[in-house]
Amino acid sequence: MTAFLKLLFRNRLAAMGAVVLSIILVLAILTPVLPLQDPNITNTGDRFARPFTEGYLLGADHLGRDQLSRLLHGTRTSLMVGAIAAFLAAFFGSAIGIISGYFGKRTDNILMRLIDMLMAFPYILLALAIVAALGTGLINALIAVAAVNIPFFARNIRGITVGLSHREFVDAARLAGKGHIRIILTEVLPNVLPVIVIAMSTTVGWMILETAGLSFLGLGSQPPDSDLGSMLGQAKDHFTTHPHTSIIPGIMIFLIVMSVNLLGDGVRDALDPRLRSGALSRPLPVTNVAKDRNVPAEDTSANAALLDIQELETQFHVGDRIYEAVGKVSLSVKPGECLGIIGESGSGKSVTALSVTGLVASPPGVITGGAVRLEGDDLLAAKYEKLRSVRGNRIAYIFQDPLSTLHPLYTVGDQLVEAIRVHDSRVSKSAARARALELMKQVRIPNAESRLGNYPHEMSGGMRQRVGIAMSLANEPDIIIADEPTTALDVTVQAQILALLNDLRRERGLAIIFITHDFGVVAQLCDRVAVMYAGRIVEEGPTQAVLDAPAHPYTKRLIACVPELGGGRRELAAIPGLPPVVNDLPPGCHFAARCDKCQPECKVGYIALEGNEKRTVRCIHPEEALA
Amino acid sequence: MTDALDAKAPDHQTAKAPPSAGKLALKVDNLSKTFPIGGGLFSKAKAGVRAVRPVSFEVPEGETLGIVGESGCGKSTFARMLVGLLEPTTGHIEIAGKALDNADPAAFGRLIQYMFQDPISSLNPRKTIRQIMEAPLKLLHGMDKPQRDARISEIFASVNLREEFLERYPHEFSGGQAQRIGIARALAASPEIIILDEPVSALDVSVQAQVLNLMARLKAEFGLTYLFISHDLAVVEAVSDRIMVLYFGSVVEIGRAENVFSAPKHPYTKLLAGSAPVVGRPLTAPESAAAELPDPLNPPPGCPFAGRCPRVTEECRKEEPPLVAMGEDHFAACFHPL
Repeated sequence: MTAFLKLLFRNRLAAMGAVVLSIILVLAILTPVLPLQDPNITNTGDRFARPFTEGYLLGADHLGRDQLSRLLHGTRTSLMVGAIAAFLAAFFGSAIGIISGYFGKRTDNILMRLIDMLMAFPYILLALAIVAALGTGLINALIAVAAVNIPFFARNIRGITVGLSHREFVDAARLAGKGHIRIILTEVLPNVLPVIVIAMSTTVGWMILETAGLSFLGLGSQPPDSDLGSMLGQAKDHFTTHPHTSIIPGIMIFLIVMSVNLLGDGVRDALDPRLRSGALSRPLPVTNVAKDRNVPAEDTSANAALLDIQELETQFHVGDRIYEAVGKVSLSVKPGECLGIIGESGSGKSVTALSVTGLVASPPGVITGGAVRLEGDDLLAAKYEKLRSVRGNRIAYIFQDPLSTLHPLYTVGDQLVEAIRVHDSRVSKSAARARALELMKQVRIPNAESRLGNYPHEMSGGMRQRVGIAMSLANEPDIIIADEPTTALDVTVQAQILALLNDLRRERGLAIIFITHDFGVVAQLCDRVAVMYAGRIVEEGPTQAVLDAPAHPYTKRLIACVPELGGGRRELAAIPGLPPVVNDLPPGCHFAARCDKCQPECKVGYIALEGNEKRTVRCIHPEEALA
Repeated sequence: MTDALDAKAPDHQTAKAPPSAGKLALKVDNLSKTFPIGGGLFSKAKAGVRAVRPVSFEVPEGETLGIVGESGCGKSTFARMLVGLLEPTTGHIEIAGKALDNADPAAFGRLIQYMFQDPISSLNPRKTIRQIMEAPLKLLHGMDKPQRDARISEIFASVNLREEFLERYPHEFSGGQAQRIGIARALAASPEIIILDEPVSALDVSVQAQVLNLMARLKAEFGLTYLFISHDLAVVEAVSDRIMVLYFGSVVEIGRAENVFSAPKHPYTKLLAGSAPVVGRPLTAPESAAAELPDPLNPPPGCPFAGRCPRVTEECRKEEPPLVAMGEDHFAACFHPL
């Protein structure tokens, strides 16, 4: 709650709205006990008394009634009516929305068509019609305003409920014996309540205005009672001669509606989890690179690699916490080589890959050290234009879920054509299309020609991933970074995609960095493998050697955890405990707390990655001496 | 409506439990599900997608039956019918001798529970763990407060969770912990059977084994029967007694875990086993790239695997092969078994 208020008041406009609104509210609440004149006592002798005259702080109206007293009583009425109308609209609208969204099918269809009918009339006309049918009066105006606003709530809440009622926790509640009513009240409602509150806070101002509008037309509050709207209505005839009688209630309406809306927007922003996590703040096009990073010297030897990642350090700065996602990672690939990076979630393997072309979201990501050399050029020092031409052109990515990287509203053909033309605008559309077709054939998409016109959702997961690969090949890159490209796919499809990547690398001399958590995949595809744990490489070497004789205890035990097909029924090996959180890494070996060979010296100092040309390991007591 | 589809329904054998197995935990007879397509406010639904074709099998008490298949094979539809979340189009379900013919999750809940794939999204974000745990105890078993507290402590001790977790909210837990809370909730209903739907696929491998081993221990401790659904063949093989292979809504093979992948009868099972990445096996595409799943809206006649099968003959394209016994405890639906 305090976090919410802090967030709310960081928004200056919302804070201003809150202050103004609370002053008005306090005044409205205190009205009966304030030393005011009776708002309904007429004194025709003082009619149209100007403000600040004796006895009339804000003047008097056309019947000589005290304006200040009438204003405060009117404000009281208007606020009350607006709030009650908002509550009624929210209550009935949300009830319809939840029922409609939860039960779906025919119930949903009928309820929503009824709501559509309500929405088909211009709302003011509808409100007038309701008042005409029920008769004039404040209560009827209130009912009319509430009814007119029901569709807004019903549609909003229905949308959210539809999403919620298919969530697994609703199924779980049914299996726990809960009936529909109980599920709606105890499972669905708590999750939609914030949305209802947000919707209410943004509409209550609007409803005050609508009630005032009806009163202005003489359909709301009836004399001698008045709300702000009817005050304005009565004053409008004397506007030219005695403007203060209209201006004062006008200003009050303005202040109320403005402050309610500002506060409402503030509440919405503060409650919306997406805004809170900063997801809507646009990340920079390139990851921030710390100015004082240490840049390792270039490897100028003859067998220098195509891509050389040197002592890369990437951190996330969230509030005052620092997450060391990648700690001094050094890796390199040569043309035609496939390097596997293996690790569990949170090991820093994806962040390493994204850091290469500055794709880590900034803020909060910062590259604090190291260098990424593409044929000697340090990409971390490169300007944005340079990086843009490298991305896709020389280094291309394949991501886990092609459905989220392909645009849902364009055909895959159009997207391929765009990918080709964005890097070389001289290519004509027809040439690009021919090239797209050729790419689709290269990734073995059957009936490539007709598939060009498909939208992403019309393809199966395997076909989409092929399009993702075709996309990455569009500009003949030298390096492909594949981040778990087959994790979301079925095994039979995975086998096809892996075979395809393998062929492409042999045919075109592509270098592949393949990120995965699956040893089977690494064993089949990769020449070398690096094992990552809590942001650091713990072991690196030729795939076969690492798998046959893992040197780091983590590698050895991780391999043992993975059951292999053909082993029959058995007890599986597990590693007790969890990986450390990277914002509070212990000194020494990060795996020490889970390692059964841990010695006191494992928990102090910095343990370096040591070994020879071919194999390295970060361990004081390795399982095997490195050959 | 389904006349045309039913005309050539094959005469499946029931995949019976071995006679030595003792009491039956689950008996499924001719269970199937067809989803209607279209159908608005005024129009009647047209013919549908057959998500699960008629299936009959038995599971003896204390067994773990593994269920494997690729996406779209109907395994989740199948599981949701077994727990009563979805009404079957045809067929009967019998759990521990009790027939369950109306899809009422509360009636099913005392006999069979479901453990969900996504550990976090199966817990209501706005409820404490205690509130989540109490629901089945209160509603399914009518326990009063002291009884519930005692039972929750007992279950939490069994799944190695600290009781202080009870007052926390789901987002405060790691995947492995959340999955253990999921197990604890399923256990709270004291069911005979628990369906585990991809229980470890959202977890890291080093944590995966912790959860799998815990589940094996709980099974012995509480005398449970498991139906273990997964796409990871090696995991299924490691935990199951028998394995059932689904393809396109049909059971294509069912048999002892040690035989199904090492000596498959159905060509599809062989393809699956051959596709799993294994250390030390060279990388080759097990089938041509043109192979795709059949279109569920317009299913081909005959064996659904015919379009991808290397052993296909004319017969396969005309008639759907029935599930028949092929050796001890081994059934397959194929005219030309391996």
